[in-house]
Amino acid sequence: MPAMKFGEIKERLKEFRSAAESVREILLANAVMVAEIPAPTFREAQRVRFIEDRFSECGLQNCSTDEVGNGFGILNGDPGEKQILLVAHADTVFDEKADHTIAMLSDRMTGPGVGDNSLGLAVLASLPILLEKLQIRLKSNLLLMAASRSLGRGNLEGLRFFLNNNRQPIASALCVEGVKLGRLSYSSIGMLRGEINVHVSEMYDWTRFGAAGAIITLNDVINKINRIPLPKRPKTSIVLGTIEGGTSYNNIATHSRLRFEIRSESAEIVNAIHEEINDRITEIALETSAEVTLDIIARREPGGIDFRHPLVRRSRDILKALQIEPRVAPSTSELAELIRHEIPAITLGLTTGTNLNQVNEEVLINPIFDGVAQLLGLLIAMDEGLCDEH
Amino acid sequence: MNINEWLQNHTFHYSRFWDFRHLVEAKEAQGVTISLCIPTLNEENTIGKEIVIFKSELMSRYPLLDEIAVIDSGSTDKTREVAASFGADVYLAEDILPEIERKRGKGENLWKAIYQLKGDIIVYVDADIKNIHPRFAYGLLAPLVYRPEIKYVKAFYDRPLAYSHGIRPSGGGRVTEILVRPLFSLFFPELTAIIQPLSGEYAVRREVLEAIPFPIGYGVETSHLIDVYNRWGMEAFGQTDLDQRVHRNQSTRDLGKMSFGILQTFLLRAKALGLMPEIPDLNSTLRQFQVNEGDFEQVAYNIVEEERPPMLDIPAYREKFRPGP
Repeated sequence: MPAMKFGEIKERLKEFRSAAESVREILLANAVMVAEIPAPTFREAQRVRFIEDRFSECGLQNCSTDEVGNGFGILNGDPGEKQILLVAHADTVFDEKADHTIAMLSDRMTGPGVGDNSLGLAVLASLPILLEKLQIRLKSNLLLMAASRSLGRGNLEGLRFFLNNNRQPIASALCVEGVKLGRLSYSSIGMLRGEINVHVSEMYDWTRFGAAGAIITLNDVINKINRIPLPKRPKTSIVLGTIEGGTSYNNIATHSRLRFEIRSESAEIVNAIHEEINDRITEIALETSAEVTLDIIARREPGGIDFRHPLVRRSRDILKALQIEPRVAPSTSELAELIRHEIPAITLGLTTGTNLNQVNEEVLINPIFDGVAQLLGLLIAMDEGLCDEH
Repeated sequence: MNINEWLQNHTFHYSRFWDFRHLVEAKEAQGVTISLCIPTLNEENTIGKEIVIFKSELMSRYPLLDEIAVIDSGSTDKTREVAASFGADVYLAEDILPEIERKRGKGENLWKAIYQLKGDIIVYVDADIKNIHPRFAYGLLAPLVYRPEIKYVKAFYDRPLAYSHGIRPSGGGRVTEILVRPLFSLFFPELTAIIQPLSGEYAVRREVLEAIPFPIGYGVETSHLIDVYNRWGMEAFGQTDLDQRVHRNQSTRDLGKMSFGILQTFLLRAKALGLMPEIPDLNSTLRQFQVNEGDFEQVAYNIVEEERPPMLDIPAYREKFRPGP
């Protein structure tokens, strides 16, 4: 295929959108069928197998699953001198027992995980068909990856395993998320994700001064976390994500748990806040004799490519050509692992959605075609070397 | 015929037919066309997904289906709009054969589909299936494609009933077990080999569909089985295990109405076949009871199982499909 200039790629975006629309049923059917296979983190095997079968049916090479459950398909390029990675995480936050039925109306799909990240996986599975329809043969090998063990305690284990053990150098990568169209993440912020568990022994002496149940103790922990001063620059925040504890109305809770995340543009500040929280829970544990533990679930280092990097610039240009407002936001997901391996990468979204990670998660159908056109445009630009830093 | 032998040779599991490429090749070699018919009445929540999945998997990827049609009974929601937006051919039942007096019912839609649709084989799939999957069509079509002697393939399932704590692994089919299977055991013992005689999904050759009458209400499946059995024997049947079908559960009161309709159809068939020649004229009123603030009151439903004649008796049909000298 003759080399394509960036102007030509932008001109073809409408054609890419039409091509995506022409395979609408395949895209949507893939999204529904993926979403209806439960895939809680560490138990994604069945869903990954489905994606792999789709890759095989499209004639992709080396369709396989690795030791940690990642699924792969390779679309060989000509001459195939470099590798581009497209990755979508395969796991969801929903338990197998949740009703995974997806409902579809003319303009939207609704159901658990339909946007995060069934749609991302569906686009990956449909991409070979789209490229064939557009008669586009890439120069690079395109490595399509359904990543396992990404969320929560999975802590990006799937992608990390692959990048640590992969022997073919990856020139650049795209992380594909169902939501939200316009998303443009090119940097990772420093992050530490932790869990504080308060445990009060059944044999606890409730007559002792200051004695309190696990919920009151956790409340003290939260108050102390809230008093930690946070700098405005570098941007820093502490997110209190979930809280649980106790068993009934009339029993004093003997166990409680807080899940939280520290985010900062500075790794030093993340570490300093971590130390601070550690000190404060030690203090509370000594005061109350409750067992208070801090468990670190995940950690990310800040980093990323520059706003002026050609990959980011081309992404912005493509979004602009599609009249989509870019939403620049740092990421703590797959992108962080790619950044750690110094692979130029961005995360992009495919459509508009609401109620993310709730059972009534919803995505709009029509913007998906813009999302796919964006992905195709950027992929071809990457393939042509138009996103490389010289 | 030995029932066990029949079960062995005429019962399939859909997973046997995983090789779509081979299935499409076999279909093309025979030169047959296949239509999918989805009868609907207010199914806007499930119809879109059903069409998208069948169109993607069994038309775009593998051209097993030549036509996907929705025959609607007059939905008041957006069923027709949603179905058309995903590319199905949508028909209002009353617009098909408009010269014939209108009747309403699922059986009416199935019957009119024979006139409207062009396939040599028609596969009927209900629109209320929550866990829709391509197997609901190809699992039923494959035995017809691979086995020329089979003319009528029924689905069967491990039917879960949705209940408050997720999905119960088995159950359902109450009308089958309490009414239809005992009746078949009494009068048509061989037909008891059909595991789910009332399942709403089946694939049938046109030569059979055009030749049998169609009750338009609850009795359509039961009458089909009796009529096909009488004319072509058990050899003509196949049945495919489609695993699970998640659908709306019906109340006992609704199942009562269904049983009443089926029983009417059955008794009229038994009379016509001389199995019970002395049956008096049947009452068409079903009486059920409800308690209203401590008082019992009767609720009466008039359920008449009307029947359409074989499509071959309709001149417009013969003109369209069997034009002769």
